[in-house]
Amino acid sequence: MTKSELIGELSAANAHLSNRDVEIIVGTIFSEITAALARGERVELRGFGAFTVKRRDARTGRNPRTGEAVPVDEKAVPFFKAGKELRERVNKGKPSRSAKTAPVNTAPVNTAPVKTA
Amino acid sequence: MNTVTRAHLAETIFTQVGLSRNESAELLETVLTRMSAVLENGESVKISGFGTFSVRQKGRRIGRNPKTGVEVPILPRRVLVFRPSQVLKAHVNHMTPPIGDDGDDE
Repeated sequence: MTKSELIGELSAANAHLSNRDVEIIVGTIFSEITAALARGERVELRGFGAFTVKRRDARTGRNPRTGEAVPVDEKAVPFFKAGKELRERVNKGKPSRSAKTAPVNTAPVNTAPVKTA
Repeated sequence: MNTVTRAHLAETIFTQVGLSRNESAELLETVLTRMSAVLENGESVKISGFGTFSVRQKGRRIGRNPKTGVEVPILPRRVLVFRPSQVLKAHVNHMTPPIGDDGDDE
């Protein structure tokens, strides 16, 4: 799902709001999270997850093509940790297209003969 | 360090968009609920200019209890990963975001 699909769904479900209104609302949510992270703050949405900023120290990297050493400055990276509820839901959710593993817990249940009334 | 919560985000919608406080909070909740449902289905959510949330399938591996050193199997599972867009990364570093990047980069 993309941002525009999300906006489309929300405006379909909220007839009193125009598509443009919903676009501004959704935009406000993500730009406010961005602004908070830029201020070095943490954004915690219980049940969903938390956005934080992690610091990475300066290091000497290498140009993978030439093998040449290049200094990499210290930097900040945005980080998201899924909340407990979302993490569990994702793990128990319906198998994705790429899921090749057999579903767990499909042990044969004691199938009682169907009663024919 | 300050923590921004649902209440702050709802307040921002209220002041910047002009919806009622109640409706601002409700819409924020709907956004999060909808995103969660899509991720639960194993589908990814791409927010241009922000980042991509996707679900990754992890295979079975042998882990170790770091305290006792005992081997424990880690069963196959699905985890949520977030890849920040170039725009978000730039903001966090107070740099100008690269032009033409809408956050849907791979």
